Amino acid sequence: MQSAKHEFLHGIKDELPILVGVIPFGMIYGILALGAGLSEAEAQAMSVIVFAGSAQFMLVQLAGIGTPALVMIVTGFVINLRHALYSASVAPHVRKLPPLWKGILAYLLTDEAYAVAITRYYKRDASPLKHWYFLGAGLALWTSWQISSAVGIFLGTQVPSSWSLDFTLALTFIALVVPALKDRPSVLAALSAGIVAILSAGLPYKLNLIVAAIVGIIVGLWSEGNRNE
Amino acid sequence: MNSFWLTMVIVGILTFGIRLSFVVILDRWQPPALIERSLRFVPVAVLSAIIAPELVMPTGTLDLSLSNFRLLAGLIAMLVAWKTKNIVWTIIAGMGVLLALQYFF
Repeated sequence: MQSAKHEFLHGIKDELPILVGVIPFGMIYGILALGAGLSEAEAQAMSVIVFAGSAQFMLVQLAGIGTPALVMIVTGFVINLRHALYSASVAPHVRKLPPLWKGILAYLLTDEAYAVAITRYYKRDASPLKHWYFLGAGLALWTSWQISSAVGIFLGTQVPSSWSLDFTLALTFIALVVPALKDRPSVLAALSAGIVAILSAGLPYKLNLIVAAIVGIIVGLWSEGNRNE
Repeated sequence: MNSFWLTMVIVGILTFGIRLSFVVILDRWQPPALIERSLRFVPVAVLSAIIAPELVMPTGTLDLSLSNFRLLAGLIAMLVAWKTKNIVWTIIAGMGVLLALQYFF
């Protein structure tokens, strides 16, 4: 049986490689936020209050062009709707935890923490302490997101866009997805989700992500059903 | 810019609500087996949906040409991810290829 501390430290350790991709992204966020006219305090507070990279990027851009508050709220909400899928995915694993734990883990449920935590939950061992692993991964991400936002805010506009640092996040996701493509249903789910996301990219509020994810899930289920017959 | 603070707080609360939603709902409600089976496709489906447009439409329009350096770098990164299963090597390879292509062409 692993101890809580062991799980926690392991969660941090497994999140570290992802931070290589997330930290440049957080810095770019800070830089963009100031460029769009946010104050230092607003830019940093958003990293704490919203704590969702792609929504923060979008909100900053919308704020910069003077978008009405209601449009920004709807946009932020819809962009983050994909997290409902993550919520459903972790729900069976955190069912027995007290409400405070559920609240903290939900706050930490970003793309990058989810991707790491769910692999721990999928491992076969029946450790009752996997939420400590989730907490470790989530806090490692949270801390580095806050610090990298702050560094970006501090640097201002000193990192040229020709460095293409924003690409690190897509690469991180590639590194998470490709090794997870272990069977035909997963491959088909990934391919169909990718294709639908491209075809429906014209939808507002990044709704293409939701449409694509649902199609991908249905295709995965269909393929799995075929295999089992 | 007081209204921006309010906007931020509302988006923050909504985001937290979304992340908490099913954790609370599924507490009291046992979903059908089909839903449970579908959950294992969530990570690959969502992340693939995020990645694909980043690679083939980096400027907002579809670009499958060789001058789309992000697509080329992404494909190399996929190969490295498949071979090494290592996040850091994948990022290094992808960024290395992208920056090299940008520098030389």
